[in-house]
Amino acid sequence: MPDIATEQARHGSSIGQPLTRRDGFLKVTGGATFAADNRPEGMLHAVIAVSRIARGRVTHLDVAAAKAHPGVVDVMVPGNAPKLASDPDAKNDPFTFRLDLLQNDRVRYAHQPIAVVIAETLEAATEGAELLAPRYETEKPRIGLDTAEAHQPEAVGAGDKTAASKGDVEAGLKNAERRIEAVYETPAQYHNAMEPHAIVAQWDGDRLTVDTPSQGMAMATMRLAGLFGIDPKNILVRSPFLGGGFGSKGFLSGPQVLGVMAAKHVGRPVKLVLRREQMFGPVGHRAETRQTLRLGTDGSGALTALDHHTLTATSSFDDFYEPASALSRYLYKAPSLSTGHSGVRVDTGTPLFMRAPGEASGSAALEAAIDEMAEACGIDPLVFRQMNYAEAEPISERPFSSKALRECYEQGAARFGWDRRSPEPRSMSDGAGRLVGWGVGTALFPALMMQAEARAEIRADGSGTVAIGAHDMGQGAWTALAQIAADGLGIDLDRLDFQSGSSDLPNGGIAGGSAHTATAGSAIHSAAAAVLAQLSELATTDERSPLFGAGNAGVYAAGGRLIRRDDESRGESFSDILARAKKNSVSASGKGAPDPASRESYAMHAHGAVFAEVTVDPDLGQIRVTRLVGAFAAGRIVNPRLVTSQYYGGMIWGVSFALHENAVVDPRSGRVMNPNLGEYHVPVNADVPSIEAILVEEHDPHVNPLGIKGVGEIGITGTAGAIANAVYHATGVRVRKMPITLDKVLG
Amino acid sequence: MNRFDYVRARTIAEAVAAATEPGAAYLAAGTNLLDLMKGGVTRPARLVDVTHLPDLDRIDRLPEGGFRVGALVRNSDLAYDTAFARAHPSVAEALLSGASAQLRNAATVAGNLMQRTRCPYFYDPASACNKRQPGAGCEAQGGETRLHAVLGWSEHCIATHPSDFCVPLVALDAAVEIAGKDGTREVPLEAFHRLPGDAPERETVLEAGELIVAVRLPAAAAAFSGHSRYLKIRDRTSYAFAVVSAAASLRLDQGRITEGRLALGGVALKPWRARAAEAVLYGAEPNEHIFRQAADAALAEAKPSGDNAFKIELARRLIVRTLTRAAAGTPERMPALPASAFEETLHA
Amino acid sequence: MEASSSLSLSLSVNGTRHDIALDDPRVTLLDLLRERLGLTGSKKGCDRGQCGACTVLVNGRRVNSCLSLAVSLDGAEITTIEGLAQGDALHPVQAAFIAHDGFQCGFCTPGQIMSAVGLIREGHAGDDPERVREAMSGNLCRCGAYIGITQAVLDAQAKMGTEQQGEAA
Repeated sequence: MPDIATEQARHGSSIGQPLTRRDGFLKVTGGATFAADNRPEGMLHAVIAVSRIARGRVTHLDVAAAKAHPGVVDVMVPGNAPKLASDPDAKNDPFTFRLDLLQNDRVRYAHQPIAVVIAETLEAATEGAELLAPRYETEKPRIGLDTAEAHQPEAVGAGDKTAASKGDVEAGLKNAERRIEAVYETPAQYHNAMEPHAIVAQWDGDRLTVDTPSQGMAMATMRLAGLFGIDPKNILVRSPFLGGGFGSKGFLSGPQVLGVMAAKHVGRPVKLVLRREQMFGPVGHRAETRQTLRLGTDGSGALTALDHHTLTATSSFDDFYEPASALSRYLYKAPSLSTGHSGVRVDTGTPLFMRAPGEASGSAALEAAIDEMAEACGIDPLVFRQMNYAEAEPISERPFSSKALRECYEQGAARFGWDRRSPEPRSMSDGAGRLVGWGVGTALFPALMMQAEARAEIRADGSGTVAIGAHDMGQGAWTALAQIAADGLGIDLDRLDFQSGSSDLPNGGIAGGSAHTATAGSAIHSAAAAVLAQLSELATTDERSPLFGAGNAGVYAAGGRLIRRDDESRGESFSDILARAKKNSVSASGKGAPDPASRESYAMHAHGAVFAEVTVDPDLGQIRVTRLVGAFAAGRIVNPRLVTSQYYGGMIWGVSFALHENAVVDPRSGRVMNPNLGEYHVPVNADVPSIEAILVEEHDPHVNPLGIKGVGEIGITGTAGAIANAVYHATGVRVRKMPITLDKVLG
Repeated sequence: MNRFDYVRARTIAEAVAAATEPGAAYLAAGTNLLDLMKGGVTRPARLVDVTHLPDLDRIDRLPEGGFRVGALVRNSDLAYDTAFARAHPSVAEALLSGASAQLRNAATVAGNLMQRTRCPYFYDPASACNKRQPGAGCEAQGGETRLHAVLGWSEHCIATHPSDFCVPLVALDAAVEIAGKDGTREVPLEAFHRLPGDAPERETVLEAGELIVAVRLPAAAAAFSGHSRYLKIRDRTSYAFAVVSAAASLRLDQGRITEGRLALGGVALKPWRARAAEAVLYGAEPNEHIFRQAADAALAEAKPSGDNAFKIELARRLIVRTLTRAAAGTPERMPALPASAFEETLHA
Repeated sequence: MEASSSLSLSLSVNGTRHDIALDDPRVTLLDLLRERLGLTGSKKGCDRGQCGACTVLVNGRRVNSCLSLAVSLDGAEITTIEGLAQGDALHPVQAAFIAHDGFQCGFCTPGQIMSAVGLIREGHAGDDPERVREAMSGNLCRCGAYIGITQAVLDAQAKMGTEQQGEAA
């Protein structure tokens, strides 16, 4: 694969610059239009009513009472809801999740939509939904990991293998000098993007326009086409901004489809926005896990065996298994290694991808286990990690396409001051009587590539356009992709018209798997290269051009000009080239996709090391993460300002994972008892006093033409474990059940 | 939210008359009431808006000493009232540790007293709750009870009162001025909230239509100003309800405690005055030993109502810490993180 | 006593007077702004006063507009995110949020910025980052932009030359 990354580093002007967000002005003035901000003429409000039971049937809804409420236009229930062209319970592929679209009266989880009330005002629709006062035939819900016999799933996560191993783990453990076995538990967590799922749907005959937050507009379009039996060409999905996604907006959720059905039902545009408590059910979550880790080491502290087994839960009616053991396949060197998963079916909504699905939960357990093993060996936990460094991917034994983890350990440790750590638990304090603990965790996230298309154009005035149906959910796509586009076309950013966030643009793929910048960026790069090739062709074959005879490979683009490599004083502007050729513009399409050959040959991951300091009140148990330093190597950095923010955000999710997030389910009812942001805790500003992120240099010639790995999810990995380890170091109490709340360290 | 009649009262008499009707509720800032109405927890037929009543937003120094704080004074205005906060630093600290800056800017003094419990079963209309529906049962028991009461609870209700503000207030002998159709009356705050007993639906001593018009702090309360602290243990560094909180106020003379006040939050359905602990402190030297004795006395009757035994030990330790902080003296400046374990210096 | 039939109110929103005849007393300030006045900058993240995305200034003070009944605010002056910038000239807090990358998805941002403006006006935090963090803790950011938010508040405040005031007590 040609090393375009180096090429662009030499000539590029935008990539690598810490530009502020191009959508910043809109976002700080209230001008950025999120889905629920749309208000087409004649729009009605729809509010869903949700089930309060987790399993059973709805036997009665007081539709008359709801309809009698002034302003209520209609109530959509099983029986009168628009007929769908396909069964929402059909499962044609692993990525089509079953939806609750009023197809029957069955209840399979708490907060399942059971009716939709449509009204002239939001107030009327909301109260109408309340007045439905459902009655149920209740069955005892199945909740928790011990509720049923576990089974082995066919696949976990996004089609990962359930089990993978090498060597003989039992022998490795048996022959180990030291071994540990520990069970770690992580709770159910809910994405809780600040923007609740929302949709504004408008039908015009069999044409459909929806404004809705989507991490995958093309997939959403296909899902709608299938459910409503219409041509995907007649569907427009607009999603210029997502108020956070974190995986919960990757697939169109049931409530979003209900908004479309409601619009069809009443023949008017409809807006449907989830209430916060309704986010705890029909829009996915991270399932609870119970992870058993068994590790053994030889006399030197080298791992002889690592066994990582995850028990997790999926819904009663669909399959998604948190692939928490998968990380152990990639991270530490061990001659024998075993990873596996089992699952139980419970009466909850179907779990889904949630920021670092599998990696986050798995890392929290693995990094704590590594810490416990290091301690058992009497070895500094950082040194232990360095000793068991994998030079090749442990199970597949493929070389890494790049891996600057050593540098992450070194730079992070230096910045943090790790060498001043005293090894004994409870041995450090802050001088005011509080315990201080330092912990470390290794971060890893696979460097994925998906599929995307883009279109690029250069016009006679020298300006350019790049169009791609990409998604900005906060990672900065409007900026980072535009930087790639400007460099790809060889124009200044202010000469670029970057179009995105709408399904009528080329399919930008999915904003997920930390792969969007790499994938969409590659598509953009390829489209831009094709445009430049056309321009080069026009110029280098025309003897009137100063570029004549240079050949396509003999020129490069910068500042709106093509320039000869063999004589940089000779160049010609795009405008001149097009004027002479009597063309208004040249345009081309391009694709981004994984390269099968390099994917076969190399293991591809981003890596990092996270160092955490916690301060703990010795008597009262209250914990604060007073310092975090993360050093990450993720290939080429398109925009260091945005990437730093991604790392900060990921690490704060790590704080949240370790100390806060916990969906408390009452096993008697199956209801989440804290379905609100007052008691489903995520960190507040005061929880995050100090975070630093170090962008460790890394060049990857294999991962994709731009050398980009993902940065959106890696920050949460490593961090939760580092914090748990720091809490242990501070208190001497090893909490193996997250979140680590003060009652668990009181002693 | 149900439909309701909206009545804007111009005088207290008008308000009381309008609110005496069954199903009526007073609306001040609405920070708790609207939350409850949106959750379907309460469905009042009439809201009597008292926010336009004159003169209830004043903080007055009383001629005989002490303060009279109008019912509509906003939490933040009281906390940042220099004279008030100097006289009653633990009250200011408690106020500033409650909710968020936005909520404190809106929420009123009377509304703070009238806050309903955060018990998740009270907030979940599908759960049985004797507060919401007398006789329905208490589904909290046997459920998620980590934050429930360890003092004063009954088989009918194990909820806690969520206020921070009320905790130092009850320690300092605050009184509640109440207007009703037969004039005004005054009730000690300690007697204002009711323990659940067999009628957890009756949360305060207010009769139908009665309106809180002010909270009074007696002149004697200011004598504690040099040694008054509030400390609140919570699951986040900020913006979280108390797991347990404590207010401690001491009068010290020549190395002895001439009077000590102690109250706990997050442990019972009312702000909990720990009089037995105060008796232990009387006349004693302020040291860890006596503080432990006080803590033991305060928690002598405590018993878990579920998975919350840790709160008893935590409350004990918290009392020791809060008394220690109080003995060390009120800080010159409000700590950056009010009432937090993570304030600048730990006096332990 | 005013009966519920007369639900007329007068509000100044970003300097413009609105005489509003409300058909329903249940309308919150947030829903009035978003659904009836077309000012959708203020966001609804929880509708229960728990996230801060709906923060606006009422008579100069930051409050959660989702927990304010509009009809109760008769006569009030409201400032929303739409009222901060003068055309293309951003308010210093807005500019600082861009400069310090104090947001990612942008959904909580209008509330964060209004909260920051209110905080600076209150004048209790001074240049102490810990006080700023505490005072901004009523605004959740799920993307985790807190570091930039705190820096932006401190920077904007310094640029605005706000006098640092002491605490009560």
